[in-house]
Amino acid sequence: MRRETLQGTMWLCAVAVLAFCASSSAQVTSNQEHEWLKSPAATSHIGNITGHAQAGAGDYRRYCVVCHGEIGDGNGESAQWYDPTNNPAIGFRPRDFTLAVFKCRSTPTGTLPIDEDLFNTIARGMNRSAMPPWNTFTKQERADLVAWIKHFSPRWQTEKPGAPIQIPAEPEVTADRVKAGQDVFGRVQCWKCHGVEGRGNGPSASTLQDDLGHTIAPYNFTEAAPPKCGGTDQDIYRIFMTGLDGTPMPSFSDNIKPDEAWDLVFYLRTLQPPNAYNAKEKQIAKQLGLKPVNPNGSGQ
Amino acid sequence: MILSRRYLAGSLLLLFFVLASLPDACAIPAFARKYGLRCSACHEAWPMLNYFGQKFKDNGYQLMNDRDSPVWQNPSYWPVTMRITPFWHREGTDKIAVDTPGGGTVNQSLNISGFDYSGLDILSAGTIEKNVSFLLVPSSDETGAFHMESVNARVDNLLHSSWLNIKLGKFELDNVVSEKRILTLSPNGGGFNIYHFIPVGDGNIFGQIGDNQVGLEWLGHSVNDRTRVSAALLSSTDGNPDLSYGSNSYSGFFAASQAFDAGKLGVQRLGFYAMIGEAPTTYRTAGGVPIVSSGIGNKSFNREGFVGLFYLGKLDFQVVTQHGSDSSWFGACYGDIIDGATGCTNNNVPGTVLPATARAPSWNGAFVETHYVVNPQVIFIQRSEWVRMSQQGSTLNPGNLGNIDNYVFGFRWMPVMNNRAGFAWHNEFSWFRVQGFAPDGTALTSNSLMSGFDFDF
Repeated sequence: MRRETLQGTMWLCAVAVLAFCASSSAQVTSNQEHEWLKSPAATSHIGNITGHAQAGAGDYRRYCVVCHGEIGDGNGESAQWYDPTNNPAIGFRPRDFTLAVFKCRSTPTGTLPIDEDLFNTIARGMNRSAMPPWNTFTKQERADLVAWIKHFSPRWQTEKPGAPIQIPAEPEVTADRVKAGQDVFGRVQCWKCHGVEGRGNGPSASTLQDDLGHTIAPYNFTEAAPPKCGGTDQDIYRIFMTGLDGTPMPSFSDNIKPDEAWDLVFYLRTLQPPNAYNAKEKQIAKQLGLKPVNPNGSGQ
Repeated sequence: MILSRRYLAGSLLLLFFVLASLPDACAIPAFARKYGLRCSACHEAWPMLNYFGQKFKDNGYQLMNDRDSPVWQNPSYWPVTMRITPFWHREGTDKIAVDTPGGGTVNQSLNISGFDYSGLDILSAGTIEKNVSFLLVPSSDETGAFHMESVNARVDNLLHSSWLNIKLGKFELDNVVSEKRILTLSPNGGGFNIYHFIPVGDGNIFGQIGDNQVGLEWLGHSVNDRTRVSAALLSSTDGNPDLSYGSNSYSGFFAASQAFDAGKLGVQRLGFYAMIGEAPTTYRTAGGVPIVSSGIGNKSFNREGFVGLFYLGKLDFQVVTQHGSDSSWFGACYGDIIDGATGCTNNNVPGTVLPATARAPSWNGAFVETHYVVNPQVIFIQRSEWVRMSQQGSTLNPGNLGNIDNYVFGFRWMPVMNNRAGFAWHNEFSWFRVQGFAPDGTALTSNSLMSGFDFDF
């Protein structure tokens, strides 16, 4: 009799838990979301992989919701701690997916990124932020997450992603190119935010805010950490030619020619501490005795 | 050699106490507080690690962004977590020898129930600097008696390589399915039997894969942690300090695993592990009392097995197999006369000859643990485990003496899972049978039913 009572109690508990789970799940998806998730747009395409939004919902809830929030607005329970006002060390709030404005894109400024941009960002993580590299997912899981992230903004239903910019083949690094890159650095006034030595301490640095009015710090090239959107030469080229949408970092595609862009990449490499990419640039800078740009003129 | 039934029953009770007092596993909200992540980021259900959590651990408790060093933390950050579990439980045993009024004994069942609580774990862990980390776990049993469950420091990514990570101290063995991450908590189901199994009459003090051990570990892994390999050199002391057994006894633990992408199913993992070592059987004595740390006469033992983690949507399976074998000296009850945990008192003094009935005991075991993860906050658990002797340490023992069957069912509901703390309502039933342990020489069966609040903060 006693055993039967206990068993009955256990079953009741199990049923109660299942009922709770069912009601929790029902709250997650609104009717609007439900309709959208049934549409063909609720997918992502990376190579021959097709991601499905609903398949990514579980991983989003497990891994992402704490920062990006249940509705993708970047207001998860941890977001408050990433406000630069509260924590200057990690001074970047989680992305607000409802705006569909993304820093790391291969597409021109103002356009939506391609699915692969989001796919790569998930695996790479975001340096100088709380976003770690999530490279433990399978490609399919990441593709599913991309599709789920896209469902938060109506922009993905009405706009198409931009066409990725073309990056010409990387030329050979030469002293002339490094010097030319420094001229570009001075001419387009990178130093105003990033500082003449690339330390992120230019005269405008303290005034910078992102599009949502949050304080934001320019990249410090002298730190060991690579830029947010990747550390390869192609990544750096892409960053200043597409801009970091939603931040004060504009696209310089109208101001810098593709060949000049490579020069600038080579010069920026000289500002960084030694890493896997800049041995030759550092050597050239040393041979040239390169000094910081002069804010009152261009170049040295 | 057949031990008395009373001793066997006592051994079983000892086993219960050992399992019941197993330190709870590591689930460390201090990490969640540091990185602003929920428990579910690193734990399939805490404390069981998921793939991301395993990678975080393998990287020396680092996410490998550029803010892992504590200098980036608010100065008030304090990397300490406490975990304890108050619970109600019912324990039943089907055959206990009970005195009768007229003298003699009769076998009766014994059932007890009541409110209880677990031991306390104080978990402190984190980074000292980028790529330098530590784990410190003072842990008490339920009476409040403390011991050091873990104390280790590690350096990671030496020479900028994820293949060079070194850990020194007392640590959790690098097994893909670690008992320190176990999801079940009851006295009967709160441990993996094959990680602790010692045959009846066996005096080996070591071979405890479920326990933290003292030594030096090298771990290498690919950047995304798909490939993992490790080797540890351990003192054969079963994690105890002060080298109280042999003065020159070492063991090795080796593990390797490879993960595979399986598309929508997620990442699957296959691996193997082996523990090969020696432990002493000969002790000098003073007044007939064994001298601590004087053990020599090392004899060998080995454990090896395969591990698989398989994911099928919300279902996942942990499959672990093991083959174990001890020297015939251990099988003849030599080895453990310092603390007598196995009840063996034989000393392999010069001139000792093994009895003709002695053989090297060997056995095989396996368990399959299944989880149904409804969502990150609700998980259903079952585990089926079996241990079968293939050769007893004595020809006088019945062939099935000590064979174990253990079945565990439970669920955990974690209504609180945020970036600061975790709170779970844990419910579990476990059924356990060991052959030949009843007073009449038949199988002894016991069971546990528990329901409790498992929380850490």
